[in-house]
Amino acid sequence: MRNYTHRSRFPFVMTMLTLVFLYTPLIVVAVASFNASKYGGAWTGFSLKWYERLFQDNAIWDALVNTLVIALIATFFATLLGTLAALALHRSKHKLKGIYSALVYTPLVVPDILQGIGLLLLFEIVLSTFGEWMRRTFGIEMGLGMTTIVIAHITFCLSYVTMVVLGRLQEFDRSVIEAAQDLGASGLYTFFRVTLPIISPGIIAGALFSFTLSIDDFVITFFVKGAGDTTLPIYIQSAMRRGTPAVINALSVIFLLMTFVLVFVTQRLLTDKKGLKK
Amino acid sequence: MEILRFENITKRYGDNTVLDNVTLSIGAGEVFSLLGPSGCGKTTLLRICGGFERPDSGRVILDGVDITDLPPNRREVRTVFQNYALFPHMSVWENVAFGLKTAGMDAKRIAEAVPRYLDLVQLAGFEDRKPGQLSGGQRQRVAIARALINRPKVLLLDEPLAALDLKLRQRMLIELDALHDDVGITFLFVTHDQQEAMSISDHIAVLRGGHVEQIGTPPELYEAPKTSFVAAFIGDTNFFPGTVRRVEGDYCDLEIEDFPTLRLYNDKKIREGGSVHISIRPEKFMISLDKPGNIKPNTNLLQGKVEDVVYLGAHTRYWVRVNDWRVAVVKQHYGYALDERRITWGDDVWLRFEADNAYMLDRYAEADENLLLLPDTEEEAPTPPDASEAATASTAEGATASTVSGTTP
Repeated sequence: MRNYTHRSRFPFVMTMLTLVFLYTPLIVVAVASFNASKYGGAWTGFSLKWYERLFQDNAIWDALVNTLVIALIATFFATLLGTLAALALHRSKHKLKGIYSALVYTPLVVPDILQGIGLLLLFEIVLSTFGEWMRRTFGIEMGLGMTTIVIAHITFCLSYVTMVVLGRLQEFDRSVIEAAQDLGASGLYTFFRVTLPIISPGIIAGALFSFTLSIDDFVITFFVKGAGDTTLPIYIQSAMRRGTPAVINALSVIFLLMTFVLVFVTQRLLTDKKGLKK
Repeated sequence: MEILRFENITKRYGDNTVLDNVTLSIGAGEVFSLLGPSGCGKTTLLRICGGFERPDSGRVILDGVDITDLPPNRREVRTVFQNYALFPHMSVWENVAFGLKTAGMDAKRIAEAVPRYLDLVQLAGFEDRKPGQLSGGQRQRVAIARALINRPKVLLLDEPLAALDLKLRQRMLIELDALHDDVGITFLFVTHDQQEAMSISDHIAVLRGGHVEQIGTPPELYEAPKTSFVAAFIGDTNFFPGTVRRVEGDYCDLEIEDFPTLRLYNDKKIREGGSVHISIRPEKFMISLDKPGNIKPNTNLLQGKVEDVVYLGAHTRYWVRVNDWRVAVVKQHYGYALDERRITWGDDVWLRFEADNAYMLDRYAEADENLLLLPDTEEEAPTPPDASEAATASTAEGATASTVSGTTP
């Protein structure tokens, strides 16, 4: 007779293989960052010199500061606009609501390269139309750079925030809002004391998502960044081409750790089911 | 004294008329129930009162003031929602205090009021819990305390017991009743459960298809239903159509096709030759194995055969075949039932009932027969020992059931 209590090892083995597949490249980078050898390959001894070198490299720090500034500004606006969009979409009873939602979600699946080219073309058109006029009338120089990167990042982060917040809103029991009104609360009071606290984990998760996406973005940034300002992913890519991989390994490890922390916090917030209907 | 009045309320969703010219008057301090099957418009009426829906026409008058156009937060009514709708991110204390905070009450008075209302619903000691940490019954008590704390003019309860299990439901019903006596606030109670409505209400409005079928006290609705719907929806009953023959003072004879002629109290003063439908509640029949002696005048005596028996402890339900009719009968077990000669399946029995105990209906619809408590003869027929016989027997009986269907020939 077959033993039905026997548990197959197959799922466990597959899980392990998947994890190995996913994490080997990261482990290789992490190990290489401690390798004394400049070009990787053979292990010539443990060393922290690449980390030392990293902290002395001003170009890297400029790129990091740019990345964080862009990420913070983009996150702020994407979260604000995305939350408002989600609230509007949730409340809407318009017959085109489905299409509106689809339009907000679509950028999530449009290839980055298309979005990058599209944004670049748009910026070029705007700059060539108004750039000269702006310069003469207000004395403001417009060009590709930090501003265009921030705008580009807001556009793709916005979709994520809307999606996450809308998800939270859809799980949310509407009768709670009616209860607040029933108990004498005005619309604003209800929003700040009831709606906002209940959806806040969604908003924070959306913001962290945005931040992660922004500091991580290469393709779109590459198109719209112009000649001057550079972000960390772009810097790493060009450094690799110039052939200084060892410092980059150390940088990648630090970058990776930052991302991990953010993803972890986001996950914790998204799985917080408190305040949602069952 | 009247506290709340619905005047000619009509509400449509597209082509669907949910409420059709409903007018109701609710007295101060009473428990008034809106009773009806799902889709009868009772919840819509409650939501119109709360301000969550707007009637297409008609007015809502609260304590003499027209509140039809006021938003929910400016009405002196409070709602206990079906799913309680507690604020999940707030503690029990904060939930209960919410209505006082929106009313702008100062912290000191809030701190005095909240414990009083938590005591009232027996939740003292649960102040710091979150709704997620409470049982269904406790959550409901929070919802009630939260709604009562503003001392609304009317408390609206939307199927407040529907989410609880049977025993808890019965207990909460008794508690709600006691609470109502304590606070003296008018309750407008929406339910589809006739037993809930019967046990708690001073008055009940039976709603169907968006209009009021009948308004009355629970005994009025039970004993004197105006329509076959009310008779069948509240409790169980027997319907008989008949023609009035031989009117004698307050009494008359009712000729029923293929059934013994019944002597009845002529409540509706129907003339000879007029036709009427009557409702006779099952417990009005007295069932016995021996022919009852000492029959008073104006008592009907029928003979039949027991077809179905449902023993329920305190009483037993019988379905008795009289000619082509099935008669639902309830026998209350006054004595020690084990000592009695049990009346059971297949027994020839006598049914007796007084002429005063039937009621003549104003309106009758055959569809309301479907609301009666009738075991489906096709499915519940006792299985005969022979399987091949069973097949023919059940089809034969199914055919009878569909033509007889309780009381319609």
